[in-house]
Amino acid sequence: MSTGNMNLTLKIWRQKSSKTNGKLVDYKLSEISPDMSFLEMFDVLNEELISKGDEPVVFDHDCREGICGACSMYINGRPHGPKEGVTTCQLHMRSFKDGDTIVVEPWRAKAFPVIKDLTVDRTAFDRVIAAGGFISVNTGNAQDANNLPIPKVQADSAFEAAACIGCGACVATCKNASAMLFVSAKISQLAQLPQGQPERYRRVQSMVAQMDAEGFGNCTNTGACEAECPKGISLENIARMNRDFLSSKFVSEESI
Amino acid sequence: MASFGNAFSSSIGKKLIMGITGLFLISFLAVHCFINALIFVNDGGLTFNLGAHFMATNWFIRAMEVVLMAGLLAHIIQGLRLVFQNQAARPVKYAVVDGAANSKWYSRSMGLLGTILLIFLIVHLSDFWVVSRFTGIPTVDANDHENLFAVMVARFQTPWVVILYVLAMASLCYHLLHGFASAFQTLGWNHKKYTPLIKAFGVWYSIIISILFAIMPVAIYAGFIK
Amino acid sequence: MAELNANIPEGDLMEKWTKLKSSMPLVNPANKRSIEVIVVGSGLAGASAAATLAEMGYKVKCFCFQDSPRRAHSIAAQGGINAAKNYQNDGDSTYRLFYDTIKGGDYRAREANVYRLAEVSANIIDQCVAQGVPLAREYGGLLDNRSFGGTQVQRTFYAAGQTGQQLLLGAYSALERQIGMGKVEMFTRHEMMDVVVIDGKARGIIARNLITGELERHFGHAVLLGSGGYGNVFYLSTNAMGSNVTAAWKAHKKGAFFGNPCYTQIHPTCIPVSGDHQSKLTLMSESLRNDGRIWVPKKKGDDRSPIDIPEEERDYYLERRYPAFGNLVPRDVASRAAKERCDAGYGVGKSKLAVYLDFKANTERYGRIEANKHNIHNPDKETCMRLGREVIKEKYGNLFDMYKQITGEDPYELPMRIYPAVHYTMGGLWVDYNLMTTVPGLYAMGEANFSDHGANRLGASALMQGLADGYFVIPLTIGAYLSKEIATKAIPLDHPAFVEAEASVKSIVDKFFAIKGTKSVDHFHKKLGKIMWDKCGMARNAKGLTEAIAEIQQLRKDFWSDVRVPGEANEFNPELEKAGRVADFIELGELMCIDALNRNESCGGHFREEYQTEEGEALRDDENYAYVSAWEYKGDVTFNLHKEELKFENIKVAQRSYK
Repeated sequence: MSTGNMNLTLKIWRQKSSKTNGKLVDYKLSEISPDMSFLEMFDVLNEELISKGDEPVVFDHDCREGICGACSMYINGRPHGPKEGVTTCQLHMRSFKDGDTIVVEPWRAKAFPVIKDLTVDRTAFDRVIAAGGFISVNTGNAQDANNLPIPKVQADSAFEAAACIGCGACVATCKNASAMLFVSAKISQLAQLPQGQPERYRRVQSMVAQMDAEGFGNCTNTGACEAECPKGISLENIARMNRDFLSSKFVSEESI
Repeated sequence: MASFGNAFSSSIGKKLIMGITGLFLISFLAVHCFINALIFVNDGGLTFNLGAHFMATNWFIRAMEVVLMAGLLAHIIQGLRLVFQNQAARPVKYAVVDGAANSKWYSRSMGLLGTILLIFLIVHLSDFWVVSRFTGIPTVDANDHENLFAVMVARFQTPWVVILYVLAMASLCYHLLHGFASAFQTLGWNHKKYTPLIKAFGVWYSIIISILFAIMPVAIYAGFIK
Repeated sequence: MAELNANIPEGDLMEKWTKLKSSMPLVNPANKRSIEVIVVGSGLAGASAAATLAEMGYKVKCFCFQDSPRRAHSIAAQGGINAAKNYQNDGDSTYRLFYDTIKGGDYRAREANVYRLAEVSANIIDQCVAQGVPLAREYGGLLDNRSFGGTQVQRTFYAAGQTGQQLLLGAYSALERQIGMGKVEMFTRHEMMDVVVIDGKARGIIARNLITGELERHFGHAVLLGSGGYGNVFYLSTNAMGSNVTAAWKAHKKGAFFGNPCYTQIHPTCIPVSGDHQSKLTLMSESLRNDGRIWVPKKKGDDRSPIDIPEEERDYYLERRYPAFGNLVPRDVASRAAKERCDAGYGVGKSKLAVYLDFKANTERYGRIEANKHNIHNPDKETCMRLGREVIKEKYGNLFDMYKQITGEDPYELPMRIYPAVHYTMGGLWVDYNLMTTVPGLYAMGEANFSDHGANRLGASALMQGLADGYFVIPLTIGAYLSKEIATKAIPLDHPAFVEAEASVKSIVDKFFAIKGTKSVDHFHKKLGKIMWDKCGMARNAKGLTEAIAEIQQLRKDFWSDVRVPGEANEFNPELEKAGRVADFIELGELMCIDALNRNESCGGHFREEYQTEEGEALRDDENYAYVSAWEYKGDVTFNLHKEELKFENIKVAQRSYK
């Protein structure tokens, strides 16, 4: 069925469940087309495994166009593989060479336990958002949208922070498994908008507290997260979060 | 009642301690480097001893010495705690990590560089600080100041000591290359216009300070400074 | 045979919703606390409904099969969301949005619903901005708009090419806020396997915990389905891999009628198929048609590189055929025109199943404007292109990057190659004005229902409908039902109906493992997709549809005798999930063909080759087919047709013309 001419060796992390230990297992694949996406290459592998009566490799994926944030493979030591600015599903086999060995591991962090094979549990992110990543406005309370002009530069900057897809590559690549880039992106988005001001300091405090409670590591400012983020979320957001956090602790009179 | 809550125990708070103490140590390095650079007057250590005498007798400097030691200890202890906590945040390690693809090696090795500096500090403090503060400097110079310069010259006659100092200064350079800009980032002092300037200043600062420090034992060992 | 009652409020079109809102029975706050609502799906409709209902005080349980509600496929919508704000002062109004939507849907949508949609559209923008959704702005700080297909006003709000993402994250944050407060209980990685109906009313669901494989029973006074569309019945579509019809189909089998299943939208601007390995298709936002001109060579089989084909040898066929709307004709029209050119042998690229979408002319035009702004007079072509590229990059940068990623070609240099692909399904569960299906207490919203887009959806209207349903419609209309349920106590989960529903789900799961066949689930899915695309796709005819029905029936037999599902039931098993979904797609595919065969006319996305004008445009039959087909499941994959007559009292029904 495959039409290409690439032969590959895959070393893939296989782990039956969160309760068992896993290991890297070797697979050979041939006739892979350079036009395939990385996940389509996994589809081919899984078809082969199923036809042989083996269990296919389980991995998270959904939209396959780089926006849902589900796909999450750590490929040859980098989240989402060798290309910058793309998710695993957008990675194409033309980024590899015939004869390559490709090591594929799940995201690794205490806060992201492995569920099975390459699938991890990222609900920690949802809990961080639930702790404060919102503006408390009930449906039906809004004023006319244009009553609140927002300078374009500010709006654009908030949008850039909001582009985060919550894939967790930042955590995966951080040597400390820190979630600072993810958390700061949401804090920074809302902190730059007038709508976000009333809860600005409460938000940063509760979200950081939840982030810490989830067991993520601390930020060392290596910048790896920014470099690997498929959406190019900037480290400036982390600085902004730090600033807001310190203001909330040392300037604001409110203790939360 | 309003309180600071988890200001220092949160992950950002811990980094705040690293950042503030780091910047404080950076500023100390400038003073230390300036006083030490007085050896380059090459007057048999008279100017340098004068500086050292001032540092040893000025009440403000003496008071700051306590703060410095406290800051140093805080930086070290917090740093080590962070290293262990961060390791615990990833209990299962990756089989393959391509760190070079996304960050500088020294940014990822602050713990290691810091540990080298800690070992160096133990040697360095027992060489000079313990001598000048506790066991006593044996001789005085022509101005009747304690001759710390002589202690220095004597110490840097041993090749392995010189090598240790030079290596330590290389570690310091890389530690600062990351630490300088990183401290500003941690404190949230980020600005589209100023941050590039701060980063550039940090790079020059790290290189110049480290080179100046490293030249001293070499120059003494080579006999350029007598 | 039960008469379909759409429960459209009496009175003037423009007063219906306002009056209903003021007269809708309410549930008092104390009672709301003891009323439980189940929401299946966490996309725009599901998340906004779950959040709003929780804000109102109901106890909400929300389910999604993804690992987080933020990953629902609404996130992939690119271009924008319509709203009748008239911020551009170009003559827009609620009525005009209503009119455009009815006309765009080829007069096959219900007037009252569409008018309500247009009415609440403005509130959606207000709500989203208040939530911190960073919609695009102008330098003056006010919201920006752009044009979309099928309209002549600028009413589309957007956030670069990520509008769906930003709106979903807004709804998601509202939902997470309620989760954080304990007012919504969220069940991620859970799939709805069946609806539990007790005494004729929807009273809960059976869900499978996808990680442990455990079947769970959940009670609710009402069940809301916001489970999306069924475009994946074609295997290749722009839908996410996990998008499925299972929730809607199970509801259908439990008595909910399925409305207009044959109405599928084929989106004109998608990246063409590159090979057999293809797992999904990627959309290039319709917004690109604002600045991209679509063309094919005038000469058949012209193999030159597009940049070597001179202007006079290019056929800008949309501009030629539809001078008034040009490249901004509605999707169904643009798709068919592309197919027509390719079928006639003018297609481009390796597969010859593609047309060009070219930005050069507008890049240069923008460049000229920029040059003027920079005080460069008489700029040369290169300067124009350079400056224009910056403008294009700002507008569509992420889309251009995405295109380059997938095809390996740089769209700043070469025109994009595009071809139509399945994108959206206008059909879905039949609902009345209150969005309730034919099963009392069972509601459907967003793409999962059939209600607002008729036979063709206009661009930027899906986001509008999903959020209208979730934020503003269901939370209100559900009161009519729930106000009568305040005396109903939570039904114990050992009620025979729950036990029976769970047992039937389990028996299906067991059956999958018992087959031990030789072919993977994908094998059958691909086969189904090919039948559907070839015979129930962009163009259909009676012969093909009849064949397709027989082929699908055979495929269903093969599937149930030869599918191989590896692994076990009580573990995380995506192959098992796929098997359940494909089994439902196969049954749905048959119904789609039956519906398409029944509808002896062409309208919107449903194009029957036998019914076209001399110029090849869709030929409606308003006399005989101005009705909604609502199919009732009669057991054993047989269906019974019910008709809801569509009455147009406020719009003069005419042939759609975009010339």
